[in-house]
Amino acid sequence: MWEYEKRLQFPVKIKNPDARAAKVIISQYGGPDGELGASLRYLSQRFSMPYQQVSGLLTDIGTEELAHLEMIGAILYQLTKGLDIPEIKDSGFDTYFVDHTLGVYPQAASGTPYTAAFMQSKGDPITDLMEDMAAEQKARTTYDNILKLVDDPDVIAPIKFLRQREIVHFQRFGEALGIVRDNLDSKNYYFINPSFPDGC
Amino acid sequence: MTGSQANQRDSLFMELRQVSFALDELRLFLDTHPTDASALALFGEYQARRNEILAEYSPVFGPVESYDVNTDGGWGWINAPMPWETEAN
Repeated sequence: MWEYEKRLQFPVKIKNPDARAAKVIISQYGGPDGELGASLRYLSQRFSMPYQQVSGLLTDIGTEELAHLEMIGAILYQLTKGLDIPEIKDSGFDTYFVDHTLGVYPQAASGTPYTAAFMQSKGDPITDLMEDMAAEQKARTTYDNILKLVDDPDVIAPIKFLRQREIVHFQRFGEALGIVRDNLDSKNYYFINPSFPDGC
Repeated sequence: MTGSQANQRDSLFMELRQVSFALDELRLFLDTHPTDASALALFGEYQARRNEILAEYSPVFGPVESYDVNTDGGWGWINAPMPWETEAN
């Protein structure tokens, strides 16, 4: 189970609303490489992960991703709070506003709603960890792109924090992949699924 | 709340966030390096400090975790602003 802690992992305190920034940052809420997909990916993959160090890591990173989802939600909420209709129309936020007003909804910047098709839970420790390492790099690239598109220091600080977490998670997943490799049967030269080896 | 109380709350809350983050980071590191002596010692240090901060913070400024609500003063869980509000950060 989880217990809610009533605080953000890193502070979000944005003084000036900016709908244009919200329009791109929303991709890290419900986009293809966003925090919702990250948490669901790791928290789903852990059940079939055979090594306790690695299933523990998936649980802990998946949990941290939920805190990151909350930070992105806070950024979106603060960036859109108090917007008036002319600001909404001028920024192009009107296409979101018509469906969600100022509600926070998991979608990509392009408007595609969150879909579990963004992620995989393959039941193969090597396949899953390779996906996880790629996912962390894709999220890091997305944060790099966001940093090219925003200029408010209040927004940049939490985005930089989240970007750094992707780098640390990538490192930890790389170590987890090493743990899985160390546990492979020495005759499994081609890293076939150690969780379901029969018939390979 | 007086100005000095607000300052005390802000500085305790900032330290809570910092110490908790150090624990978040050490937790992931220890998952893949479970026998690292210096990480284990650091985890113990930050854990002790976090418990001290929570014991000082929660009775005065409100619970951070719902298991810690003291119902003698009513249902304090919903009094402080939600974490996504600017005034909570």
